Amino acid sequence: MKIDNIIGNQQNLDHSDKIEYEYKSAKGLSEDVVRKISSLKNEPDWMLERRLEALRIFNEMEIPNWGGDLSPIHFEDIYYYLKPKGKMAKTWDEVPQAIKDTFEKIGVPEAEREMLAGVKGQYDSEVVYGSLIKTLEDKGVVFLSMDEGLARYPDLVKEYFGRVVPIGDNKLAALNSAVWSGGSFVYVPNNVDVGLPLQAYFRINTESAGQFERTLIIAEEGSNLHYVEGCSAPAYSAASLHAAVVEIFIKKGAKVQYTTVQNWFKNIYNLVTKRAWVEEEGVMRWVDGNLGSHLTMKYPACVLAGRKAHGEMLSIAWAGEGQHQDTGAKMIHMAPETTSQIISKSISKSGGRATYRGLVQINKGAKNSRSKVVCDALILDEKSRSDTYPVNRIMEKEVVMEHEATVSRISEEQLLYLMNRGINEEEAGKMIVNGFLEPVVKEIPMEYAVEMNRLIGLEMEGSVG
Amino acid sequence: MLKIKNLVVSVADKEILRGVTVEVGKGEIVAMMGPNGSGKSSLANTLIGNPNYMVVGGEVLFQGKNILEMKPDGRAKEGIMMAFQYPTAIPGVTIRDLLLSSLREREKGGEGNKVSALDLKNLIISEAEKLHIDEALLNRGINDGFSGGEKKKMEILQMRILKPKLLILDEIDSGLDIDALELLATNISQMVKETGMSVLVITHYQRLLKYLIPDKVMVLKNGMVVDRGGNEIVDKLESEGYKSYEDR
Repeated sequence: MKIDNIIGNQQNLDHSDKIEYEYKSAKGLSEDVVRKISSLKNEPDWMLERRLEALRIFNEMEIPNWGGDLSPIHFEDIYYYLKPKGKMAKTWDEVPQAIKDTFEKIGVPEAEREMLAGVKGQYDSEVVYGSLIKTLEDKGVVFLSMDEGLARYPDLVKEYFGRVVPIGDNKLAALNSAVWSGGSFVYVPNNVDVGLPLQAYFRINTESAGQFERTLIIAEEGSNLHYVEGCSAPAYSAASLHAAVVEIFIKKGAKVQYTTVQNWFKNIYNLVTKRAWVEEEGVMRWVDGNLGSHLTMKYPACVLAGRKAHGEMLSIAWAGEGQHQDTGAKMIHMAPETTSQIISKSISKSGGRATYRGLVQINKGAKNSRSKVVCDALILDEKSRSDTYPVNRIMEKEVVMEHEATVSRISEEQLLYLMNRGINEEEAGKMIVNGFLEPVVKEIPMEYAVEMNRLIGLEMEGSVG
Repeated sequence: MLKIKNLVVSVADKEILRGVTVEVGKGEIVAMMGPNGSGKSSLANTLIGNPNYMVVGGEVLFQGKNILEMKPDGRAKEGIMMAFQYPTAIPGVTIRDLLLSSLREREKGGEGNKVSALDLKNLIISEAEKLHIDEALLNRGINDGFSGGEKKKMEILQMRILKPKLLILDEIDSGLDIDALELLATNISQMVKETGMSVLVITHYQRLLKYLIPDKVMVLKNGMVVDRGGNEIVDKLESEGYKSYEDR
């Protein structure tokens, strides 16, 4: 398939001819489209103004010329807002056979499959998740779609929206700010430990992952939250561009882990801006697994703003045939005794390309800060490629900065060793790959980790020997 | 059990083994000695199917089957295991992961009883204790950052659980202190008694053979067997070294 065809002409995957929309914007981006989105959502004037401001910035900014090739994206051919009629947008029958087959192989339960494939309806069951939501509410935790969050907590949203990812931060963030829809709004009060991981699909009666989702998380002092987005089964989407923004605010002593398992369909441009603001003794940990998409450009950031704040990034990138994973992290140390760690693991196979692109910046005055960066790349064949672009900007003397990078292949010795224990070559290859990823996979909630291992196993089939 | 006839092997077009004939009977311990570069390790690697070793002539029968066409995992399933001279590290793969996969493969072939992951875990812990292996090592990637001695012990731990029919020891004594050497040798001898395992011991030195008493001894030089006999050869090498074979 030629990328141009997919992007310019969404017929391959667009089900718009079958779905009835309550509202479908005109193709392309204009002030009218933005105004229409805002008015359909009954937004306050200030949000409309921000959207319009973002649109103006988007139009002025050049498309990034670094990272992956973004030239095939035709912004004028995209529908920026589609509001499906009713809740049943699709039926199981409409889900492509390839995706059903994958679900079958990895053994996703039927109910979950429908949800994963974007088929909504029966799954939104009060019975299943009602009790969870009730427990959260009792603790004062707010967990809503971003649209609902804006409607019900406008002051909070106004205070934090666009504060750590300014609307003009980059062209795609500007685009998201102009046309955002869906995503999550999470508020955790002082000293509340949310306990179980909060999973985006637990949200009831709301849009699940959208094309331009916007997530805002506020963790008040001493609170603790683990938020999980995405799913390890291929996320089918009619859209070819996914441009999300995630903003997280971590107050004194609060801890947040944000886990993403991204397995977008292989035509998707996944261009995401994620950033956390971390205050004194706060901890932010990004755990990011990128398996799918055609091109992903994503560099989750931690702004370590208070003394002893800690930022972490653990990531896995899988770049198979026709894929480019251009991912990394940014750690900005602004206060003394701040610490950060980046562990990036990438695998490239069948001509795929995995790029690590990262920044560690230690500002003047951030004395006794430490940062450690580990980038390990595993290349499975001659056709595939891995690049590492680390940037360190150290403006303070009394700091410790470590950087390790390795590039490896599955060695003949390792294969022979495992085969000598009676393990066949293909299985041995999978074991070596899973072992390579283990330091990151162990931080992912069990059910996702298991599925991720299985998926990688599927991708690995026939790749060794 | 193992019959090697007139084996000729080359690596990168260089002939390393030049017609080697060896027989290892059931429950027998056979020592293959020789100076560095004599071809001992090449013989071991050829037996396990290392693809870098090209068999040019001769045959290898294991329990009457020609194994030369088999891949390394096929040979392992027949019951051949090697304790490597330099066991390779596999980061992120614990001994438990490895043995579980290994036993599951065997079950697929209809061999061995089904072992639960939990039973295997307990079995590994108890065997590790007997071999004086620090339990913390069991949770790390196998051989990843292990000392030479720890690696060798891990090999013998795997032997204890996989119970091969033929164990090939490739210079197991390198990097081991005397206590560890004795411990491992005792374990191997015990296994021979318990299961009738055969052992092909490849070694440069005599010291291992004090604890692991061979039934037969062979001396390999320049890819050929230059001497064969009983334990008396070990004593002879002890006093004279490999010099006595210089002229052959």
